Amino acid sequence: MKPHGSIRRRLFFQLAGVAAILSLVFILVVRGVAERAAEGTQDDILTASATAIADSLRSEGGGVTLDLPYSALSMLGTINQDRVFYHVSVAGQTLTGYSDLPLPTAVPLVGARQLETLTYRGEEVRAVSVSRRVGPAINAATAVITVAQTRLGLEAISRQITLTATGVGLAFLLLATALSLWAANSALAPISRMTGSMTRRGPGDLRPVRAQTPEELVPLVEALNSFMGRLRASLSRTEDFITEAAHRVRTPLATVRAKAEITHRKLNKPEHKQAIREMIRAIDESSRSAGQMLDHAMVTFRADSLARDVLDLRALVNETCDRLDPTAELKDIAVDRHLPDQPVTIQGDGILLQAAMQNILDNAIKYSPAESDITVRLTGGDTIRLSITDQGRGFGGADPASVTKRYTRGSNVGDVVGSGLGLTIADEVARVHGGRLEISENTDGGGACVSLVF
Amino acid sequence: MRFLLIEDNMQLAANIVERLQLDGHAVDHADTLEAADDLIAVASFDLILLDIMLPDGDGRSFLEKHRQARERTPVIVVTARSAVSDRVGLLDLGADDYITKPFDFSELEARCRAVLRRQGGAADNQKSFANTTLDSASAELRFGGQAIALRNRELRVLEVFFNAPGQVFSKSHLMDRLFSLSDEASENAIEVYVGRLRKRLEGSGAKIETVRGLGYRMVAV
Amino acid sequence: MRIIGFLIAVLMAGAAHGFEVEDHRHYPAQDEQTVLRVISTADLGVFEPVLLAFQTAHPDISIDYTVTGTSDLMAAIYDEGASFDVAISSAMDLQTKLANDGYAVRYEPTAIDLPEWANWRDQLFAFTQEPAVLVVSDAFFALDETPRNRDELIALLRESPQRFDGKIGTYDVRRSGFGYLMATQDSRNSEAFWRLMEVMGRLNARLYCCSSDMIRDVAEGRLALAYNVLGSYAAAQAADTPGFQIVEMSDFTNVMSRTALIPATVQNEQGAQAMIDFLLAYNQRPDLIDATGLPAIDSALFQSNTALRPIRFGPGLLVFLDQLKRASFLKNWESSLEQR
Repeated sequence: MKPHGSIRRRLFFQLAGVAAILSLVFILVVRGVAERAAEGTQDDILTASATAIADSLRSEGGGVTLDLPYSALSMLGTINQDRVFYHVSVAGQTLTGYSDLPLPTAVPLVGARQLETLTYRGEEVRAVSVSRRVGPAINAATAVITVAQTRLGLEAISRQITLTATGVGLAFLLLATALSLWAANSALAPISRMTGSMTRRGPGDLRPVRAQTPEELVPLVEALNSFMGRLRASLSRTEDFITEAAHRVRTPLATVRAKAEITHRKLNKPEHKQAIREMIRAIDESSRSAGQMLDHAMVTFRADSLARDVLDLRALVNETCDRLDPTAELKDIAVDRHLPDQPVTIQGDGILLQAAMQNILDNAIKYSPAESDITVRLTGGDTIRLSITDQGRGFGGADPASVTKRYTRGSNVGDVVGSGLGLTIADEVARVHGGRLEISENTDGGGACVSLVF
Repeated sequence: MRFLLIEDNMQLAANIVERLQLDGHAVDHADTLEAADDLIAVASFDLILLDIMLPDGDGRSFLEKHRQARERTPVIVVTARSAVSDRVGLLDLGADDYITKPFDFSELEARCRAVLRRQGGAADNQKSFANTTLDSASAELRFGGQAIALRNRELRVLEVFFNAPGQVFSKSHLMDRLFSLSDEASENAIEVYVGRLRKRLEGSGAKIETVRGLGYRMVAV
Repeated sequence: MRIIGFLIAVLMAGAAHGFEVEDHRHYPAQDEQTVLRVISTADLGVFEPVLLAFQTAHPDISIDYTVTGTSDLMAAIYDEGASFDVAISSAMDLQTKLANDGYAVRYEPTAIDLPEWANWRDQLFAFTQEPAVLVVSDAFFALDETPRNRDELIALLRESPQRFDGKIGTYDVRRSGFGYLMATQDSRNSEAFWRLMEVMGRLNARLYCCSSDMIRDVAEGRLALAYNVLGSYAAAQAADTPGFQIVEMSDFTNVMSRTALIPATVQNEQGAQAMIDFLLAYNQRPDLIDATGLPAIDSALFQSNTALRPIRFGPGLLVFLDQLKRASFLKNWESSLEQR
């Protein structure tokens, strides 16, 4: 059956997909949070620096002066090696610092801070501005202190965090992918177990499945069991029906045939006797055909799930010959068995093999003239060969391959009762056992040689 | 031979009985297992023909009981089921052979003969006439201290003559004995076999003579 | 001598500079491919072995070596935009300002056998560690009289003002960047500094531009002592000039590092990088350390001698370069020292 999609694959891809999304979210969140934290840290230190500078402003002799505290700048060097710029202006006039450092777009309120990211001296800098009122209360001036720092350290931290988060995310993804694979397999293990137990079953085993079943599979197993129950019932009905039909048909046929034989015995005119004989032949033919069709159906059924019993072919050959000896004896045909001393073992279905042999031997007896010999020869070894050679009429030059086709008979057998299924059955049995049926003309004394080769 | 036929279909049973009687056999018929048990209790049989489907029970249970009672009488099952698989079960249950309906009586007879031979033979398998003995079990003709082995068809023709010495048998009667009705055979074949048998009987006290226009008969020399 | 040397240097350079060139020498390569122009505050007498060793390693590079003062070096690069390939200075604060304000290019050195603090932003590279010391004249001091810390020094000076009047030397921090750095670091470390300056002022301390002059005057007995002298120069001079002692103050001794950077005006960048790599490997050349007398970087020394205060790179060094801060520091310094 061509599969449509795979639960295992779908389960795996869905789990792995979820893991991938989680990994990505994890990376982005960690990076975002960490970057904001690092940015916040820089902003806070810059603010502290600017505030320290603002606190050092004092008015002196009518003007404003500043004793830049050492810590105001040195604190900026504690966490990274970024460049530092500062600018102090009072009433719009530069007091000290980098006079070309851009002033904040808006003067921040006292006690508040103004944060800006701008480009200065070819590099992106983070600038924090605070303001102070300095000087005597009447004509106090507004001082704006801006401290700026490049962000290379921040970028390095961000790179490091991104790298770490990505590494952790990827490791998580790998782990999750492996776990997804495991989870998909383990989730489907009960199905594999059930499949295994179903496959191991014999051809006739239609018992309900009793294996321990996970909750989700219970409906499936119940449906399967109910289906098998119906199949079992249907099969047994069919079997009963066939048996019953055979009985119902064969018993009257037997009555008619017996009656016909009696009548035949009592009649004297040859043309009457001939008529009865034709009737008997018709009865035999229909019964034989029915039998072979049933045999053929059985071969097809049993071949689907072939039994693998270890058998000694010699025993099977002996049984088959014993069974057919009385029939051969009627025509004074001797069946010579040539069997090796060692057992010839084969793995297979004894009933099928016997059906094949019986059909071949039955054919041989049917087509052999009275007082002839049939040789049954079994040889073991790497190739097992069972040949049945008769001295009959052979296949009359017909294509040996075509006589194994269903309902095809040799071109020269019109006068013998048969359905044409015998060799077909033998051929199919040989093939399901990994062997073949060989048909050739018997080289000495005419007749046919039919071999089962394994 | 004395048969016990266990068969519930009265019509078929009547025909089988009649057909076997034509060949000179004695047949008792039971249409139930109970009746069969009654018959077995009072008489002894050479062979039992058992239908497997019976109104008061499966033939298989009869087989089992029969084997457990260590009855030696061979049983040939007559079955409407033809599959090979059915046969295995029947033989395992203790049937000596089986034959599928509808059957050829010559085949039935051949099977009976084979079963009996395996068993060691029926009591009355020897017939004598004019210093000459026919042993059906060993398929031998004995006279004057010599034993001549016979082919199956020769034996069957001779049995006809030894069962009724002096009686004239038509060619067609002999043919019926020799050939299955589904075989094509000509009356010339009978002449071949009679010719052979005359050779076999040379030097014995019996001979087969031709009654012109009627057939053959066996007479003392 | 100095004036003549200066004139020669100016003539040789063939160009007019706004900064004062103290000395200049060209070291032609055997097989000249490129010229490396170095501006440095290290005297030729001290630094020549390094230059020659560099040329041995790179025989295709000629060296054009210009000696100037720390402030002049700063002015040359910061204000005048003079073009040099390497700038070597003992004023860490000025070098830091150059780097911070974008006057240095980045280089990731191949040598990695240095403590992390010796490299700032891959722009500033320290390769020596030199203490600022007190140099005392044998003629003025008995061995047991030598002051071991600033308090003892102050007490000694106060005890006998007549003995030391006009006999004390220190840097003129207005002219010497190195002197300014040492003074500001002193002022950060201890209140004793201002008291010392007061005392020195009262004793009519003489002000110098350069360590070598102070050492010479101490050795020749013109000075009793000189404060904040570059220890490496003193040690070098002590080897062949008798008459003075070197004292490392036990309360604290500032230790500065000589630093190199590649100016943004670099023309021979490859040569400059080679020089940086060479200088960073300086601590693996005991022969050069012997020849120059400049101690190489050795972090372990700070573990064993806790009085040593290394000056570290960082924006803190920019503080005393602030216009207002500098102005107020110099005002204080002048009012302490110049009490005439």
